[in-house]
Amino acid sequence: MSSAATGYRPSATLPIRAEIRRQASRRRTQLALGFMVLLPLIVLLAFEFGGGNDDDNGGGAFSSLVDLATSGGLNFALFAIFVSAGFLLVVVVALFCGDTVASEASWGSLRYLLAIPVPRARLLAVKLVVALAYSLTALLTLAGTALLVGTLRYGWHPLGSTVAAEIPAGQGVLRLLAILGYLAVTLLGVAGLAFLLSVLTDAALGAVGGAVLLWILSSILDQITALGSVRNFLPTHYSDAWLGLLSTPMQTDDVVKGAISAVCYATLFWSLAFYRFTRKDVTS
Amino acid sequence: MNPFKGRALPRMTRRRVVASAAVLVIVAALVTWAALPERHSWTATDQRITVRSGPSGTEPVDLDTRFYLPKDRDGKVPAVLLAHGFGGTKDSVDDDAESLADRGYAVLTWTARGFGASGGEIHLDSPDYEVKDAQRLLDWLAARPEVRTDAAGDPRVGVVGGSYGGALALLLAGQDPRVDAIVPLITWNDLGKSFFPQSADGVTAPGVFKKSWAGLFFGNGSSSPVGGPPRAQGDPACGRFAADVCAAYLKMATTGAPDAATTALLRRSSPDTALARIKAPTLLIQGAVDTLFPLSEADANARGIAAAGTPVRVAWFTGGHDGGQGPQTDQDRTKFLTAQWLDHYVKGEGAAPENSFTYSRVAGFSALDRGLVTNGYSDPAYPGLAGSGRTEVTVSGPAQPIANPPNGNPGALSSLPGVGSQLSSLIGGVAGDLGGQHATFESAPLTTAAEVVGAPTVRLRVASPTGSATVFVKLYDADPNGTATLSGGLIAPVRLTGLPKDIAAAQPVTVTLPAIVRRIDAGHTVRVVVATSDQAFLTPADPAVYTVAVEPAVTLPTVVGTPIANPQVVWRWVLLGVLAAIILGVVAVLLVRRRREAPPVAEFADTPLVVRGLRKAYGDGFVAVEQVDFRVERGQVVGLLGSNGAGKTTTLRVLMGLTMPTSGDALVFGRRLTPGAPILSRVGALVEGPGFLPHLSGYENLRAYWQATGRPEADARFEEALEIAGLGDSVHRRTKNYSHGMRQRLAIAQAMLGLPELLVLDEPTDGLDPPQIAEMRRVLRRYATDGRAVLVSSHLLAEVEQTCTHAVVVNKGRIVAAGPVSDIVGESPSVQLSVSDVSAATSVLETLNVRGVKQDGASDLIVDMNGTPREEVVASLVRAGVGVDRVVPRRRLEDAFLALVGDNSRGSGDR
Repeated sequence: MSSAATGYRPSATLPIRAEIRRQASRRRTQLALGFMVLLPLIVLLAFEFGGGNDDDNGGGAFSSLVDLATSGGLNFALFAIFVSAGFLLVVVVALFCGDTVASEASWGSLRYLLAIPVPRARLLAVKLVVALAYSLTALLTLAGTALLVGTLRYGWHPLGSTVAAEIPAGQGVLRLLAILGYLAVTLLGVAGLAFLLSVLTDAALGAVGGAVLLWILSSILDQITALGSVRNFLPTHYSDAWLGLLSTPMQTDDVVKGAISAVCYATLFWSLAFYRFTRKDVTS
Repeated sequence: MNPFKGRALPRMTRRRVVASAAVLVIVAALVTWAALPERHSWTATDQRITVRSGPSGTEPVDLDTRFYLPKDRDGKVPAVLLAHGFGGTKDSVDDDAESLADRGYAVLTWTARGFGASGGEIHLDSPDYEVKDAQRLLDWLAARPEVRTDAAGDPRVGVVGGSYGGALALLLAGQDPRVDAIVPLITWNDLGKSFFPQSADGVTAPGVFKKSWAGLFFGNGSSSPVGGPPRAQGDPACGRFAADVCAAYLKMATTGAPDAATTALLRRSSPDTALARIKAPTLLIQGAVDTLFPLSEADANARGIAAAGTPVRVAWFTGGHDGGQGPQTDQDRTKFLTAQWLDHYVKGEGAAPENSFTYSRVAGFSALDRGLVTNGYSDPAYPGLAGSGRTEVTVSGPAQPIANPPNGNPGALSSLPGVGSQLSSLIGGVAGDLGGQHATFESAPLTTAAEVVGAPTVRLRVASPTGSATVFVKLYDADPNGTATLSGGLIAPVRLTGLPKDIAAAQPVTVTLPAIVRRIDAGHTVRVVVATSDQAFLTPADPAVYTVAVEPAVTLPTVVGTPIANPQVVWRWVLLGVLAAIILGVVAVLLVRRRREAPPVAEFADTPLVVRGLRKAYGDGFVAVEQVDFRVERGQVVGLLGSNGAGKTTTLRVLMGLTMPTSGDALVFGRRLTPGAPILSRVGALVEGPGFLPHLSGYENLRAYWQATGRPEADARFEEALEIAGLGDSVHRRTKNYSHGMRQRLAIAQAMLGLPELLVLDEPTDGLDPPQIAEMRRVLRRYATDGRAVLVSSHLLAEVEQTCTHAVVVNKGRIVAAGPVSDIVGESPSVQLSVSDVSAATSVLETLNVRGVKQDGASDLIVDMNGTPREEVVASLVRAGVGVDRVVPRRRLEDAFLALVGDNSRGSGDR
């Protein structure tokens, strides 16, 4: 016979639904998701009013992604992903994953959740799942909105690319989904880092900012070719590999390596987070 | 709010020390790894070897050589003679030499005569000079005790080289039967045809002078020795070229056509002459992005060697004199093929390499290094340049007049000789045709993709007023957007003579375009362009207007190769393995962690709270709780009384499962309290102030909290809780706008949600106004009536006295008093006396049967009565003339509290 109060079951505490609601009512969540809708609209407006003097800034073979952005809804969505993959999505994912535990700690509500008691591992698992769900929602919202407004404005055309032949629209959607899938996987790394920091600190800003800073540091180190093969182990090394999914046939070697890297980093960070949180004295 | 922050610093520091140490170790390891000299598996010896060559074999020349020997060799090892390309030295083949030495070969590299620190002049792989030099090096190898020999003076040796070194390998193998295998890369078959290419079939006259490559070639050989002093003597026009080579170049570069002597000289330096004598199995590797020695050169070599019955294998890669080493996958493939070839034919290890033909095709750009990505393909046998299949494409366009610009200026651009591995720009195309100088013939969009592997052919008709014409034929792949790509920047120069003035009379000539590897996708068009100028070639100086027409039929040779398994595929299995390992790990952790709840301690199964020997020491050694024992029975409201930092909060934290005690335990209804223990669901708590989601209203906060418990909503008793909170309509405002007191009441209401059997409240009246405090006391008293219990912590004596039935006094982490409040609050044996003359009073009191007279302030004395009635003491004092202002009986709790706390409350520190 259980010692617990009637109706209490550890596995029923902090239902996913409840955590989704806890986060959904936050201004932070609403703003982040709202911006994912807003960004494609801003980009669209910029294209509409930006004039035609496109000075080629020499970004190599992929600079033409910009030129192609207005050639159809798929290309517009691709462009939106291209401009946000490097930084915006990292910040959004770090926000959702880095803030989730640290903010509860800073409000003081974490100790009451633990006194319910929500088992610590369950608390972390639910928080993580919900944070990842929100991150994925943000990613899909961005791509979905861009695809929608791009298609409404520029029409439904094959996915153009300068590195390969045009990709028929139907297949283009699959490519877009594959790119989103890969981005989601690589962002697991930053999600892991932010979540670990979230567990280690009570300051939500520290967790989010720390994760983003370390991510930027990794990106900078990755630019230094003198580091040689050490760069292959940087968590951001494969973050651009999704561009390979645009060529025909798809270049998946780096995608696979990037997925391995991201999964390993995420597992490491999350393991540390669970290890730490299930053992620490909660003093906040 | 957190009294531990101040103390947390040393603990953090210790952790930091560990972390810093870990970082230090990693950095040290990295530095060591970077700084330590690599341990090679071979040794290299530089030495100068003087060989005798020349037509008579007696002219000495001093060669700068390097000899690599594997360290770990079992007896004698086979050797590889590794030759460098034009303009290089022995250092340019370092990497290849090292990797061959690593595979167990003795490797001899040398700087060819006329280059670097070697002596002599450049004779362009002349059989009398460079080839004889190499023969003498074979002699030298045969004399080395470490090198395996087939017979006396016959070393077991393979010859490997690229370009200039490749031709040397072919010529050496033709001239010296001791060579056991050769691997010539990106080299020529006929130097004359390379510099004067002619793509029109059946025309034997020299073609168009490839001026830019020839100039580069010549310029490379004219420079001074690297690092050496400028050459004082010699002809500045010739540099280190031998006089005959120099004269030939000057002549052909001036006239654009070779004379007999030049032709003979170029012929002498061409492997074409030696092919029939080559008995050494040959692996020919040629680049598809090579406008200097295109794929047709290797094709001619392959045919010549195969005709002699010698095993020959051909491999193409995406690179060459224009494309460089090519993508990594191609480098890996050619390296593998080379090693396999040498291992079998020189070392005698491994099965005979199959005769399959391998090639690669550009698949796209790599996003990471911005380079090209190629896919490898293989075909069971080398199909030659005509492919194993063919696709006919029909191009159309009228006969068009095109103008030859005077002196070839302005000229069209198709390739950038000498720029090197700008592979992507070449694939993307630097090509630009000039208006008026080119004619275009285009096909309809292809209905199916064509996998072009080989040399396409077109039939061309040209009319010229002068009777002769120099034109360049190019085949573009034009995508539906109109972007046209010239594969590899390769073009077919054609020089025709005896042409009619009228196009109608012109006879078609078949033009074999350079061999390419390209997939022309469905929907793309094939565009044949005939142009009059190209910056890489020397074109007629006089202006002229030709008329050109292209016959509709264009033949595209095709090969449908089998994709070569990409070694990178192994990473997919690694990914699957990693995922499987993670899933297994998670399952294992879940299984291990699944614990049954320990049975209750029967003795205390009905006691709301028993704290036994509780001790909490933090990581830095600070002991917050020394030893705390107390009980809370049903129906009791127990006050945990202590000054700030006495250890109350730490005790309560343990009761909430936030902190693990160092030793001892707390039992709730007989169950040990550990983090996450289910028994905590029967404890309601307010510890260290309220904690609410600021963006939710008070009511929503309570709902959110209850949702998190996962328990039925009906059990929550929201109405009762809200009544206790007494927030009125404010309960629907966001909690971030609440006053401290409002939050406090809401927090107490939250602790009471579900009416837990044990209620733990930390300073519950903090922030409440007096009426609310009074109300709260009633609530707590009432709460404990039906079998529930309340534990209240406070540092206020009055608070505990008025609210609680029982009290526990803690100080410096220890219990100093415990029991019913009435006991503790009951009269103490001591009184406080306010007297007019303290010293007189003290002397009077000393005569009485009292103990422990202590002065307390200016006019107060605290006296332990020791059973003496108060009135007697007062009477004695008054009799002695001491004025007694006040007599205040003291209470036990106060005594205990002051005795323990008042004296020295500062020293206890934060607990």
